[in-house]
Amino acid sequence: MLTTKLPATIEHLKKLVEFISGCAREKGFTDKRIREIELATEEALVNIFSYAYPEKAGNVEVTCDLDVNDRLKVEILDSGVLFNPLSLSDPDLTTDVANRKIGGLGVFLIRKIVDDIQYRRDDDRNILTFRILR
Amino acid sequence: MEIVNTGKEKNAVLLAVKGRIDALSAPEFEKELVEWIEKGETNFIIDLGDLDYISSAGLRSILATAKKLKANEGQILLSSLKDAVKEVFEISGFSSIIPIYESVETALAQMQ
Repeated sequence: MLTTKLPATIEHLKKLVEFISGCAREKGFTDKRIREIELATEEALVNIFSYAYPEKAGNVEVTCDLDVNDRLKVEILDSGVLFNPLSLSDPDLTTDVANRKIGGLGVFLIRKIVDDIQYRRDDDRNILTFRILR
Repeated sequence: MEIVNTGKEKNAVLLAVKGRIDALSAPEFEKELVEWIEKGETNFIIDLGDLDYISSAGLRSILATAKKLKANEGQILLSSLKDAVKEVFEISGFSSIIPIYESVETALAQMQ
């Protein structure tokens, strides 16, 4: 299992995403899959940058591995305020430009891309785990 | 991300966006469009033929711009999307609210 930990700020987005995409590339995932993995990882990280640490600075940790079913397993951990992204409702995709709400899309995209996603709160940490098919 | 102005035709500003529109570059993309709008431009054709990646932050910037332009009776048309980018527009439902064309030429043909 590969893991890295960095301050949870937008400046570290590229490094964190490239860490996961590098891992996926090493495990032999296709370019198409790697872009989807990057997208799911970015969306999860941006939520953490925005919401996890409203008062004090904190870190985010990402891990990457293959699971027993040969899927890429990505875990994203933070020690911030309780935030379960899976509790968000899906955005309304049917409204036109004038009425379409700005936001709420990130988690929706993750759900659509990944094969499986789970959230748990453990030892005062938020742990989001998603798995992507080869 | 790189934004190139490739001209103006039929009253539409032609821009080409290359690379990646992610959470880090989306504000820069939106700022560039706002600057054109503040100069009085209301119609845009954005060539995404060399765009490799877009996230929800990029979609939000496009939506925010489309909202501004709609209020000014203008529009933003997208063209030449690669499969990976097209997939994000389709999953998010954006392909049904933002006009997307096969090429800059077909987008221009729709410009009134």
